[in-house]
Amino acid sequence: MTATAPAPAPAPAPAPAADERVARVGVGARLLKRPDIGAFVGAVAVFILFSITASAVNWATDLGVWASWLNTAAYDGIVAAPVALLMIGGEFDLSAGVMIGSSGILLGILTTEHGWNIWPAIAVCIAFGLAVGFVNGLTVVKTKLPSFIITLGTFFMLRGLNAGLTIKLTGGVSINNIDAAPGYSTAHTLFASIVWPAYGLSVSVLWWLGVTAVAAWVLSRTRFGNWTFGSGGDAVASRNVGVPVARTKILLFMATSTVAALWGVMTAVQLRGIQSNEGVGREFEFIIAAVVGGCLLTGGYGSVIGTAFGAAILGMAQIGIIDSNWDSNWVYFFEGVVLVSAVMLNTAIRRRAERAR
Amino acid sequence: MIERLDARVGAAQHLLEFERVSKYFGNVIALKDVSLSVNAGEVTCILGDNGAGKSTLIKILSGVHQHDGGVVRVDGREVSFASPREARHAGIATVYQDLAMVPLMSIWRNFFLGEEPTRGWGPFSRFDSRRARRISREQLKLMGIDVRDTEQTVGTLSGGERQAVAIARAVYFGARVLILDEPTSALGVKQAGVVLRYVVRAAERGVGVIFITHNPHHAYPVGDHFVLLNRGRVIGDHAKGEVTREQLVREMAGGAELEALTHELEGVVQT
Repeated sequence: MTATAPAPAPAPAPAPAADERVARVGVGARLLKRPDIGAFVGAVAVFILFSITASAVNWATDLGVWASWLNTAAYDGIVAAPVALLMIGGEFDLSAGVMIGSSGILLGILTTEHGWNIWPAIAVCIAFGLAVGFVNGLTVVKTKLPSFIITLGTFFMLRGLNAGLTIKLTGGVSINNIDAAPGYSTAHTLFASIVWPAYGLSVSVLWWLGVTAVAAWVLSRTRFGNWTFGSGGDAVASRNVGVPVARTKILLFMATSTVAALWGVMTAVQLRGIQSNEGVGREFEFIIAAVVGGCLLTGGYGSVIGTAFGAAILGMAQIGIIDSNWDSNWVYFFEGVVLVSAVMLNTAIRRRAERAR
Repeated sequence: MIERLDARVGAAQHLLEFERVSKYFGNVIALKDVSLSVNAGEVTCILGDNGAGKSTLIKILSGVHQHDGGVVRVDGREVSFASPREARHAGIATVYQDLAMVPLMSIWRNFFLGEEPTRGWGPFSRFDSRRARRISREQLKLMGIDVRDTEQTVGTLSGGERQAVAIARAVYFGARVLILDEPTSALGVKQAGVVLRYVVRAAERGVGVIFITHNPHHAYPVGDHFVLLNRGRVIGDHAKGEVTREQLVREMAGGAELEALTHELEGVVQT
C-alpha cells in the first residue's frame, strides 16, 4: 500500500532454501507494486508535455502557473479523495458532483432567503451531506442493488431539486449575494482566501492536501482502512471474518457526500453565489482522478495518493491546454485519453505485480 | 502421535460432543441421530459423499443453523449457537472453502482482517501494521510455511498456501475447534499433501480439528478417528487403529454399490 514506515529489518540470512524466492522481489518490482506509480508517472509525463507545448508561459518554472493548475486540481482533488476510498470500498457515488450544487444552494437559501448567519448555515449543509450519504449508503446496503444505479437516482433527484428550488425561490438559475450574510468574512478567510498572494495560490489547495492526507492515513493506517479494502475486495469473505461491511460502506458514502457538501460550501463562499447546475458532470472527473490514481473499478485496490496525482493531471490538463493556446474544448478529449491510457497502464502494472510467482 | 493418543485417554470430557443430533428442513431429514465427539489435539475426519449431511453438520457447528433434536456440548456444557459470532466466541472457527480471504489484499492485512490490533487511543487509534506484519510472519512460520513476503497479495499464493494462511489465522485467534470444509478438494495431489501437513500441525498445537472431506485417501493418513456419514446418518465411527484404508474406502462408497459402478465403468471403457 502506501506504507512508508520502515519495514522490520529483512530477516538476516534466511535459510538457503528461501533465498532464491526472496531474491525475486527487487526494488523495481517493489516500486511497481504500488498502485499509485502509474498516476505519478502520468503526472510527470503530462507535466513534461505541457512544458513543451505551453510555450506562451514558463510552464515548468513559473510558480504562478503552478498555482493556477494546483488551484484547478484542488477543484477535483478534494472530492476525489473520498471518492477513491468509496471506490476501493467497492462502490460508486454518481451524486457526488451534483451534491456540490445542492449544498451551495442550501447555503444560499439559508443565508439570503432566511437571513441566517453563515456558520449555522454551513453546519446545516454539512449535516445535509451526512444525511444524503447515509441514505445513499443505507439504500445500497439494504437493497443490494448496484450503487451505480442508486446514486444515479440520487443524482437526478438532487439535480431536479437544485433547479426547481432555485427557480421557485429566485426566478432565475442562480442564488447570489451570499457575501451579505453575517460571518461571511471569516468563512471567506477559511474557505476561499488566497494563501500565497504573490502567485495566487488558493487555500483550497491546502484543503485538498489536508483531505488527501487524512484519507490516505485512514486507508493505510487504520482498522477502517483495512475494512475498506476488505469490503471492496470481497464483501462476503470480509463479513465472514467479522468486518462490519454494511457500516463501512455507509460511512464511506457519508464521507463522500459530506466532503462534496463541504466543497459546495467552499464554492459558494468563493463565488459569493451559486448556479443551480453547479457540480453536474463533476462526478465523472472525481471517478477519472480515482481511476487514474490506480483505483480498481471493482473495488479492493487503489490509492489516495495516486488519486491526488490523478487530480493533478486533470488540473494540469485544464490549464495547460489554455496555456498551449488550444481550444478549451480539447480538455474533454484530453481527459478521455488520459483515462483510457491510465487504466491500461494501471492494469498492466497490477498484472505485473500479481505475477509474483 | 503417541502423546496425542495419551492426551485423549486423559481427557475427562470431550471438547465437543454431538449426542443424537437431528436437523430437519421442512419434511427433509438432513441429519438424524448423529453422535460424535471431538477431542483436543486430535483430527476427527467426517467422511461422506455429496448429500450425506456434511454441510448441515458444519453449519450447526458454526452457528449458521440450529439443531432441532439432540444435544450439542462444548466442554461438557450444552450449547446452541444462535449465530456464527457466538460459535466463534466459543472458540469454534470454520475455514470455508472460499477461505474468507480477500485476494487483492496482502497476507498481513488478510491475516488480521476484522481483528486488527490497534495502537494509540481515540481518533488516533491506528492499525498496528508493524505488529501485524511480524505476527503474521511468525504464525505462518509456526505452521511451517515460510512466506517470501507478507506484503504479497493473497491472490498470488497457491491454493495450499492460502489454506495454510487461513488455518494459521484461525489457530492464532484462539480457535479450539477448527472446522476445515473440504480443504483439499480443489487442490492437486502435491498441494493436498502440503495442506494435510498443516492439518496435523494444527492438531499438534492442541486444537481439535474437524476435517470434512469426501476423500478417504486424504483422511486416512491424518485422522485420529473417522466418522462416516451417509444420507444424514452415521454409518461408521472408527478410531485409527481399528480400520484400514481399504475398509474406509469401501464403507464410504457403500461397498457393493461401488463394485457395481466399477464394473459398469469398465464396461463403458471397453466398448
